Amino acid sequence: MSAGVAEYRPYTLVAELTYACPLRCVYCSNPVDYARHGATLDTETWLGVLRDAEALGVVQLNLTGGEPLLRKDLEALVAEAERLELYTNLITSGIPATRDRLARLKDLGLDNVQISIQDVTAASADRIAGRHAFERKLRVARWVKELDLPLTLNIVLHRENLDRIEDMIAFAERLDADRLELANTQYLGWALLNRAALLPSAEQLKRARERAAAARERLKGRMEILFVTPDYYVERPKACMDGWGRRFVLVSPDGLVLPCHLAHTLPGLVWESVRERSLAEIWRDSAGLNAYRGEAWMPEPCRSCERRTADFGGCRCQAYHLTGDAHATDPTCVLSPHHDLIEDARRDATAAAQYPASASPSLIYRSARISAGATSQDARTSTVKFRPTH
Amino acid sequence: MTPDARPRLAPKVRLRHDAKTDRYLLLYPEKGMQLNPTAAAIVQLCTGERTVADIVAALAEQYTSQPREVVEREVYSFLTALNDRALLRTEP
Repeated sequence: MSAGVAEYRPYTLVAELTYACPLRCVYCSNPVDYARHGATLDTETWLGVLRDAEALGVVQLNLTGGEPLLRKDLEALVAEAERLELYTNLITSGIPATRDRLARLKDLGLDNVQISIQDVTAASADRIAGRHAFERKLRVARWVKELDLPLTLNIVLHRENLDRIEDMIAFAERLDADRLELANTQYLGWALLNRAALLPSAEQLKRARERAAAARERLKGRMEILFVTPDYYVERPKACMDGWGRRFVLVSPDGLVLPCHLAHTLPGLVWESVRERSLAEIWRDSAGLNAYRGEAWMPEPCRSCERRTADFGGCRCQAYHLTGDAHATDPTCVLSPHHDLIEDARRDATAAAQYPASASPSLIYRSARISAGATSQDARTSTVKFRPTH
Repeated sequence: MTPDARPRLAPKVRLRHDAKTDRYLLLYPEKGMQLNPTAAAIVQLCTGERTVADIVAALAEQYTSQPREVVEREVYSFLTALNDRALLRTEP
């Protein structure tokens, strides 16, 4: 597999600057074992990664984490990204932001601020975030607009908040957000631990999708609205990350070069670090990145499927964390021999819609304590018992 | 999109040259759009000072091989598409 051809050009660098975060969201997309990872990269190494990424063809930079604002060198990274003409998007909880720092980052060339919002009431939002965060986020979102920085709100959807989708849209309109991502939880990592409490029913999802579509039409040209369906309710899998190691390159806080934020939870793959080799060499040669490029790895029904060049077999992490085999067809595909796993989860969600909320399983919050005791495979078969203390 | 509208790129949009393909890219949150030379020429004229009519006139002068009405249709359809995606601001 040659990665030198245009087929494998990264357009977006996802820079996970740290796994540290003030929030404890029950669907955090960091790996469950995040606390077991090594020391974070220093400023010089990150600056080198930005330069190498741009030379490889990267034009978009997502500064994310964890919480990227916890890094004191964010200013230096944004300044270098501006020099490299990268489109720089800060993906933040908002919590550590100050108005002065946002103004400084804007002056240095920051292009967009994306703030995660858990819900539109303080009580329900803070329940998901695991701490008081809602009011603070609201203030930060207002600063972003006052500073005339483009604002994206990312609201993660699940059973507890999907019925409030119209309130969410009204909330985004009041804040004059430029872009609203209504992104359903994807059930990997911490979210897979909480799937029984969070997965919506088909009926609930359909209602929300229709309301989002109506709002998208109404607000066309003013606010961009994106509705992301959970993989569990698509007939055919999405092209995860636009294909493995194809359009996105992710660098983890400790320097691993990955195709996505969870690939290092798959067993048996070898990942290389930007501490050891240049990003360009790793992009081309990494055994992990080359493992699922192209079609040679595909089993049936993918191998002979006409959609194999459109969806690339779906999500490898989902395949592994649901079936135990990272080579398997993504079980969300109706053609997967493991599709019953998805149907069972949907059936449970439909049944749960009949119960009162109090009958829902208690939520497992992201925590360093659980994470330090986890192995990367714990998202599959977790027996962790944890009750929130608030 | 009216002839006297004065479009400029929305603040969330960045235009850059791509050395790998020698094309211009429009970049905005989580997405990018590769522009063909005509589209790039149109975007470069979206400064907030020129009207859509000015942009049509400038393009028609540059692409003399095309009938003016074809140029006009292309400008309107492209700018409308950008506007629908909230990638433009149009001064009144």
